[in-house]
Amino acid sequence: MTTDAHRASPRGAGSLGTLRRGEVRAAWGFSLPALALLTAFLIVPFVLAFVLAFTDQRLIPNPRLPTEFVGLRNFQRILEDPSFQRALMNNFAFAAFVVPVQSMLALGMAMLVNQKLRGSLVFRTIYFSPVVTTMVVVSAIWFLLYNPDEGFINAFLGAISFGTIPAIRWLQDPRTALIAIGILSVWQGVGFQMVIFLAGLQEIPEQLYDAARIDGADRRQTFWNITLPSLRNTTIFVVISTTILAFRLYDQVKIMTGGGPQDATQTVVFQIERVGFSQLRVGYASALTVVFFVIVLAVALLQRRFLREERTVRE
Amino acid sequence: MTATQHRNALLDYLAMLLLAGFFLFPVVIMLVASFKPDDTTIMRHMSSALAFVPTEVSLRNYREVFDNVAFLTAMRNSVAIVGSIVIVGLFVNSLIAYGLARFRFRGRGFLVGLVIALIIIPFESIAVPLLLIVNRLGWLDTLYVQAVPFLADAFSIFLFYQFFIQIPADLEEAAIVDGASRLRIYWSIVLPLSRPIIATVTILLFLRHWGQLLWPVMVARSQDVRPLTVAMQQFFGQQPREWGQIMAFAAMITVPVLIVYLLFNRWFVQSIASSGVKG
Repeated sequence: MTTDAHRASPRGAGSLGTLRRGEVRAAWGFSLPALALLTAFLIVPFVLAFVLAFTDQRLIPNPRLPTEFVGLRNFQRILEDPSFQRALMNNFAFAAFVVPVQSMLALGMAMLVNQKLRGSLVFRTIYFSPVVTTMVVVSAIWFLLYNPDEGFINAFLGAISFGTIPAIRWLQDPRTALIAIGILSVWQGVGFQMVIFLAGLQEIPEQLYDAARIDGADRRQTFWNITLPSLRNTTIFVVISTTILAFRLYDQVKIMTGGGPQDATQTVVFQIERVGFSQLRVGYASALTVVFFVIVLAVALLQRRFLREERTVRE
Repeated sequence: MTATQHRNALLDYLAMLLLAGFFLFPVVIMLVASFKPDDTTIMRHMSSALAFVPTEVSLRNYREVFDNVAFLTAMRNSVAIVGSIVIVGLFVNSLIAYGLARFRFRGRGFLVGLVIALIIIPFESIAVPLLLIVNRLGWLDTLYVQAVPFLADAFSIFLFYQFFIQIPADLEEAAIVDGASRLRIYWSIVLPLSRPIIATVTILLFLRHWGQLLWPVMVARSQDVRPLTVAMQQFFGQQPREWGQIMAFAAMITVPVLIVYLLFNRWFVQSIASSGVKG
């Protein structure tokens, strides 16, 4: 690649024709490494998923049982699979909890640290710090905090409620396990959205607020009439990207619950890994993958639709 | 300041302090627990304010992590994997982005569109077919299987591309007239101008791959090649759980990254902010 691009480069002032031909070769030389890698490790497996989804491919094929096309059988099975339905429902429930909580908290935090109060930089640094903490580590720490008998969280809730809140079996109770994972997910991720909102807040012209102050608007009116409308695109981005993250839920489940108790924390990605890797059923896992991708694509297209007017991809 | 403003500022500080407590307490508990000498003490203190008090400072847990988890091997693996993704990735991705931003050639518009379209594909939706491919290639249980598929990254290309089309081409055109090759221009004019975007891409790639669990779980189980995340997942899964060691292990994964974050705090915040609405 290096030599190619080098040779292709226009040395001195050649005729326009040679210069252009040189440019073209240089361009492909520059692009080749990335294009080859993207093709081999992104485009090919992506297309392959759609092919494998219609087969009974296994990770380690049995020579006496060749892989066959099975039509829509995998998708029929998915529709009938109660644990997949549970996983999908869990993903939606998880998103329904995490997306509003995380988005609103992030906006509140961004507004707090955006006020240029003394020390707000320190607070911003603290709020963002969980984002650089690996989810595997976060899951391990919170597992200890959630311990029903000797955990810090139950002790804390007991203390501030003077013992009226009974010990909760956070991760062992199917009613609370998904919420428990949701809380630590918000804890780890909210700093990210806070920074996105902060960038949005800082683009709102100061004059708008000055005008509101002169008109005697109070904090609440300023928020509803200036801040929130100005953050329209930022909010859409935050909501959509948090939704996609919610559908990718895996790490926390892998470390903390293994999908239990009673499938209460099964997720689509956790099933993809279990079926495709642990059970070696690549065909069926690919069908799951296709369904997963269609969901993510639908959510992402929703964002494109909302943002269409403002999209500025320069060519 | 009026009385209302005064009260508002006080309420804001109260809210900020409460939030700070919420975001700090798990990490503080992790650190404090990691220095306590045994698990009985950790568990006894966990349900009281003593969870925040380093009653004794013992390095026993740390020493045992080195003996029991092959910590240094896992750390070396993680650094090698993420380091090569970031360093090679910076070159591969900025090269194509520069080509797309500066050269006029047929197919350019298509390639830009393709890169933007590829951003949408989440890794989870290619993991299983990719596993089939690397298995056929005989790449399982190696270090490079954890890095090579991630060297090229559509989002990084997009960030570089957006940056390059914003720098004026005058300097480069002057260099062309002077007879410099395109590769030389890229290396000695464009890259030095690109420090902000290089920092952004480095931080975003680092954050994404340092914590990666799904892929290494599928392709790197053996002790020689597993990264920190898989080492933690396997150690955490052993019964009975050694909480002191788990917390020491967690601290050793977290503290170096936290230090880097504190040093380059501004860069981190700016990278995330610039990854925003455009994506």
